[in-house]
Amino acid sequence: MFLINCPYCGERDQSEFSAGGEAHIVRPKQPTELSDDQWAEYLFMRKNIKGVQFERWNHSHGCRKWFNMVRDTSNDKIHAIYKMGEKPPIK
Amino acid sequence: MKNKYSIFSLIKNAFSYHEYWQRAWRDPEPKKEYDAIIIGGGGHGLATAFYLAKKHNMKNIAVVEKSWIGGGNTGRNTTIIRSNYLWDASAGLYDHALKIWESLSQELNYNVMFSQRGVMNLAHNLQDVRDLKRRTHANRLNGIDAVWLNTEQVKKFCPIINTSPNIRYPVLGGTLQKRAGTARHDAVAWGYARGADEMGVDIIQNCEVKGIKRKGDSVEGIETTKGFIKSKKIGVVAAGHSSVIAKMVDLKLPLESKPLQALVSEPVKPIIDTVVMSNAVHAYVSQSDKGELVIGAGTDAYVSYTQRGSHDVVEGTLKAILELYPIFSRMKMLRQWGGIVDICPDASPIISKTHIKGLYFNCGWGTGGFKATPGSGDLFAHTIANDEPHKLNADFNINRFVSGDLVDEHGAAAVAH
Repeated sequence: MFLINCPYCGERDQSEFSAGGEAHIVRPKQPTELSDDQWAEYLFMRKNIKGVQFERWNHSHGCRKWFNMVRDTSNDKIHAIYKMGEKPPIK
Repeated sequence: MKNKYSIFSLIKNAFSYHEYWQRAWRDPEPKKEYDAIIIGGGGHGLATAFYLAKKHNMKNIAVVEKSWIGGGNTGRNTTIIRSNYLWDASAGLYDHALKIWESLSQELNYNVMFSQRGVMNLAHNLQDVRDLKRRTHANRLNGIDAVWLNTEQVKKFCPIINTSPNIRYPVLGGTLQKRAGTARHDAVAWGYARGADEMGVDIIQNCEVKGIKRKGDSVEGIETTKGFIKSKKIGVVAAGHSSVIAKMVDLKLPLESKPLQALVSEPVKPIIDTVVMSNAVHAYVSQSDKGELVIGAGTDAYVSYTQRGSHDVVEGTLKAILELYPIFSRMKMLRQWGGIVDICPDASPIISKTHIKGLYFNCGWGTGGFKATPGSGDLFAHTIANDEPHKLNADFNINRFVSGDLVDEHGAAAVAH
């Protein structure tokens, strides 16, 4: 349970938001040419990091816009929030 | 040799004020090398070691646990045991476990307080009714006991449920598995630990794994906070932390780790003598032998390793509980906690070899692993000892995410898993 600073609406309770999972997973450009292993990697395999992780979130009970978040999953502290398409401010 | 627990040993020790009970398991320092190492001293890990020693004659085994045994999800779940799963593969897996539960106290000489008080799953809309009836038929075809109850029969079986047609999600019926029930979660870990220890298994607590050493395509041992331990076979049963261990060998798993919460109320006199689960409104409740209501809430929707979980999840569950059981409206909740569960995309576990020789994973049990503890240990032990899966866990291999042959229990078992 924590507060999230939506880049469009400001600080709101986490319960207003939906988590969209790991960020920066690139959708395959040529789906027909993917092997089964590559499909499995794209669809199912996740880093599931204990520590700093890059994620997508959606303000589903607010502006309904998507954005990215850098969060430490070991203590739920948010390190950065940035809009879709922007480069992550932290490596 | 361990002293046998019995009514006579209880009386004998009562005369000495219970001060001279034999230690249930040793606290050994790790040896240099083992025939197999199990990472994770929860119920599943300890059961794996127990069956490796008992059925596969491997006595030189260690279980390494970063904290104390049974302190993770084994001690945090709502202790529900059932096997009424939809698909054949799951039915085989969970009913195998249920059959072991039925004689586990005798097998371990340790009272795991297995109580076949029945598990009832409620239906709140037409689709629920269709799904649950279908599951009842599928269960019976697999030899698993299941009956469909209409609203009056639900009320008769559990009189405190509000079956009024005027509530937001009225009870339209339910399924009942009478062989299902609950067990004492700590006792399961302790019983397996005691049994494994007696056969020579070293249970090493406060020993965190820091790395896995590889040589080419096979494993050589583990780096721990108590030094390097050599072994050619390593079984990982780390639940929520499976991905953390997998990362040590650059393996990616199809898992997401999320906090799952539960809570208990103040203790009251017996009021509910069964387990009632409701997937649609996400509320399940039973009563412990101490008299506390044991309530299971949901998972947070985001990855977290914090072992606490959000308040709104608990609030949502309690709203549903209060509508179904108005009698609980003035009860106080005593404790709330979270455990980190590793969830697979198809809500089924992985009990599998990996592409690295000698490295095995038992993970992905998500929100419903406790019920499978004995079966999981038995099948994982088989997989490690023979380097081949048992026919009951062959479908739960890691390659199903590549082949697409998933065991999709998400829709079938829904959230209350």
